[in-house]
Amino acid sequence: MQDILSKYQTVLEADVTTWFEVGQVSDFLENSGACIKYKDKQIAVYNFTRTGKWYACQNMCPHKMENVLALGMIGDKDDIPKVACPMHKKNFSLEDGSNLGGEDYKIATYPVKIEGGNVYIGFSD
Amino acid sequence: MLWFFHKHIPYIITYNYLVLCLKYVDMKKIIVVGNGMVGYKFCEKFVAQENSKNFKITIFGEEPRPAYDRVHLSEFFDNQDAKALEMAPREWYEEHGIELISNERITDIHRSSKKITTSKDLHYKYDYLVLATGSAPFVPNINGIEKKGVFVYRTIEDLEGMLAYADEIQKGRNETVKAAVLGGGLLGLEAAKAVMDMGLEPHVVEFAPKLMPRQLDRRSSNVLQEKLESMGINIHLSKATNKILGDGAITGMEFGEYDKIDVEMLVVSAGIRPRDELGKTCDLKMGTRGGIVVNNKMQTSDPEIYAIGEVALYNNMIYGLVAPGYDMAEVAVSQIIGNSHVIMPEDIDMSTKLKLIGVDVASYGEPFMPVEKGYSVVFENKTKDLYKRINVSHDGKKLLGGILVGDASDYNMLHQIYLNGLPIPEDAEELLIGSRGDGEGGFGSVMDIPDAAQVCSCESITKGDICCSITEGDCNNLGDVIAKTKATTGCGGCKPMVVDLVNESLKSLGKEVKETICEHFDFNRQELYDLIKINKVKDYQETLNLFGEGHGCEICKPLIASIFASIHMETPNKQPGIQDTNDRFLANIQRNGTYSVVPRVAGGEITPDQLIVIGEVAKKYDLYTKITGGQRIDLFGAQIHELPMIWKELIDAGFESGHAYGKSLRTVKSCVGSTWCRYGMHESVTFAIDIENRYRGLRSPHKLKGGVSGCIRECAEARGKDFGLIAVDGGWNLYVCGNGGATPKHAVLLAEQLDDETAVKYLDRFLMYYIRTAGPLVRTAPWLDKLEGGIDYLKQVVIEDSLGLAEELEQEMQGLVNKYECEWKQAIENPEMIKRFKHFVNSDDTDDNLVFVPMREQKMPKAWV
Repeated sequence: MQDILSKYQTVLEADVTTWFEVGQVSDFLENSGACIKYKDKQIAVYNFTRTGKWYACQNMCPHKMENVLALGMIGDKDDIPKVACPMHKKNFSLEDGSNLGGEDYKIATYPVKIEGGNVYIGFSD
Repeated sequence: MLWFFHKHIPYIITYNYLVLCLKYVDMKKIIVVGNGMVGYKFCEKFVAQENSKNFKITIFGEEPRPAYDRVHLSEFFDNQDAKALEMAPREWYEEHGIELISNERITDIHRSSKKITTSKDLHYKYDYLVLATGSAPFVPNINGIEKKGVFVYRTIEDLEGMLAYADEIQKGRNETVKAAVLGGGLLGLEAAKAVMDMGLEPHVVEFAPKLMPRQLDRRSSNVLQEKLESMGINIHLSKATNKILGDGAITGMEFGEYDKIDVEMLVVSAGIRPRDELGKTCDLKMGTRGGIVVNNKMQTSDPEIYAIGEVALYNNMIYGLVAPGYDMAEVAVSQIIGNSHVIMPEDIDMSTKLKLIGVDVASYGEPFMPVEKGYSVVFENKTKDLYKRINVSHDGKKLLGGILVGDASDYNMLHQIYLNGLPIPEDAEELLIGSRGDGEGGFGSVMDIPDAAQVCSCESITKGDICCSITEGDCNNLGDVIAKTKATTGCGGCKPMVVDLVNESLKSLGKEVKETICEHFDFNRQELYDLIKINKVKDYQETLNLFGEGHGCEICKPLIASIFASIHMETPNKQPGIQDTNDRFLANIQRNGTYSVVPRVAGGEITPDQLIVIGEVAKKYDLYTKITGGQRIDLFGAQIHELPMIWKELIDAGFESGHAYGKSLRTVKSCVGSTWCRYGMHESVTFAIDIENRYRGLRSPHKLKGGVSGCIRECAEARGKDFGLIAVDGGWNLYVCGNGGATPKHAVLLAEQLDDETAVKYLDRFLMYYIRTAGPLVRTAPWLDKLEGGIDYLKQVVIEDSLGLAEELEQEMQGLVNKYECEWKQAIENPEMIKRFKHFVNSDDTDDNLVFVPMREQKMPKAWV
């Protein structure tokens, strides 16, 4: 199971080699999340309409290895944008993927850009 | 010491250099042997000391993981999450400069050279040595005890071994496999729960004639035994095991010639023995029956070696509880750091309160008492599995101890009265059953206990510590107090009392005690409900703009979604982004991220044709089917994209959503009533269907369940529900505020002999009043508990209309009833709404991570990793 997790590694904007188009802005529910597929990866994409910001991370919650993070509720904790896993409410920072409950779980995050009404996620593979 | 050095060093050495020298030269080395709860607590308390920087701690553990909470070991079954039990993660040790060496046992101590040797033959030097090696399970020398399938219950590894073995012996068998637990003490009963959770039939075998012989008397043991047996745990008392039967693996236990039981697994939990081998090898003074002798400074016969926890023999006793272990850690820390006035008290409080398999059991002070010291007052109610005993001094002025089984909610107060010698009522029985007349309990306010009274015994926090953190410190709420004092973070048993103390202290400062819902809204649920209603707020985003801050979270979003539903009967289709995942997809998310589907089967009445439709749908989509506790059928294993297709077929056949996923009305359970039953008084099925259809889709602060029974035999278990109707001569008796679940509560009588119409009227008022005023995720029973005036007040509101609200409540409810529509029908008929039922936005593929394995004739998700 660990090898499924290992395919998700954080990509920084500077390291992006492919900007992959995943749909139009209107395909993504406001102030909410949705899941997209890139190669064999499942990526959760979050549309923070209130701030006009977008975030992306692995869809798999590292706690119980379920592909559910896109379904989690988004919001903020002490001004850090976050998602709460729908399974056991583990909270993850969407800025750096760390667990906000101080636990040893971490998720990979990916850069998002919006151009011409389309949504792109940055990958390095 | 520092002053002394200072005088003797040449003046040319700068102060900084001195500090540096002292740091390396003078840093004392402490080695802690044993990384269990007490060893960890030693470290935690040590690093909290101001001058702890002058010491370097190395702690050794023989288990592969950092110290974990053994007291709650049986919780490992609920989540299989070893990390959740950790006292602190590995990083904590690093951050505090503590070297943690796991998986390595200490084999020898060389006192003359102050060195230890490890199992890897490494040597470490110490200035102070702290032995916190704890204890090992005592395994009696019974013929055959070495057989396969015999386990002890102490570590996570023991549990994993038991789990694997239990799986192996149950594989491919239809009958229930039996397993025994040897020992009916605290830990034995915990082990019995573990065994039961593994799917095995538990049998507890105890040598003594009663359970928990150290804590309970014979009568309380009987009450506990009856309760445990009703839950499926078999108890065998006064049994001495002669022999473990079987060849190779255990097949049974023999007590006498014709007395044996067949079991295929045995968990030995017959007490503990201190892990004192190291003390023996280096010739420390030992107790005759084991344990390393310590004085009241926790020093062994070698003053540089300390022993704490279950390995230490203090006052000729080994203390097998966490709280004294933590106190010993505190004493050792103080002694080493130089606060030599902190010593272990002569008398150690052995009071305990715990929840055993959901049953409250507590014992404090002297649970059993010889007649020459005082007298006892005993209260027993067999129908409710309750037992309470108090022991009072002859002059009737002091509480000396007692026992509580079945309901230990008075434990904290009784324990404080005992510990502090507080005055007790003239008629001591008021402590047990409350005084006659005013209906209040026999004890006064929580603020009456002295400041020095220890409230949290795990962390040694007094009432004064808690109150002063608010009145003199900068704590403003419960969270602050817990963060500052650590109270409640051990066993958690003191939480209700800490909450009361915090609230009372805040009130004493004139501060309003308010439970705000989260960091985004400075209001409680009732205030938000009123604000949204009065200001005609249209959605969550507007609520946040007007009354909140930030971007919300998983607490305030579903709560506000529920308020919109309660005010406008708004379905989750309108604001899907703020719904809990279940409500967002109108289905119940299950272990592997698939969903389950439950159509409404009002009152549990279903036609053969409807059964066939459900069967056909389940077959077509390959769903696991099971009858629920609410008399309906649950279909498991559907993927998001299948949900609309499944519901299309169900709706075409006349079904509608069962709202099993919502904090809303679930079911109204019924017995068959006078239509078929020869005892039935009224038509319970018809009435249950009417009520379920009236309140279907009604969203509330928590889920709502109802029941209607056709006679007092109560086959629908209506008193275990949020509202229940029981047919009697002359109409229906209406009960409210009961529930099953973790804290079962019987519903209490609201009104008697009602006709159908009045019953519905009272129900409308009751439910609407609850929906308006309850806190988030508070079910009706705890809501009633907190309602000032209790059931009498509720009767005034609902029946006598003391608030003048009755008509408004009825109208509001009628408005909601009129606006009901099936949210699944709404969703599948609207192409925009149906868009969200898709795993990927950019692909029609489905989740390829799902794996199912066969189970009996059906399937189940592959186990968690």
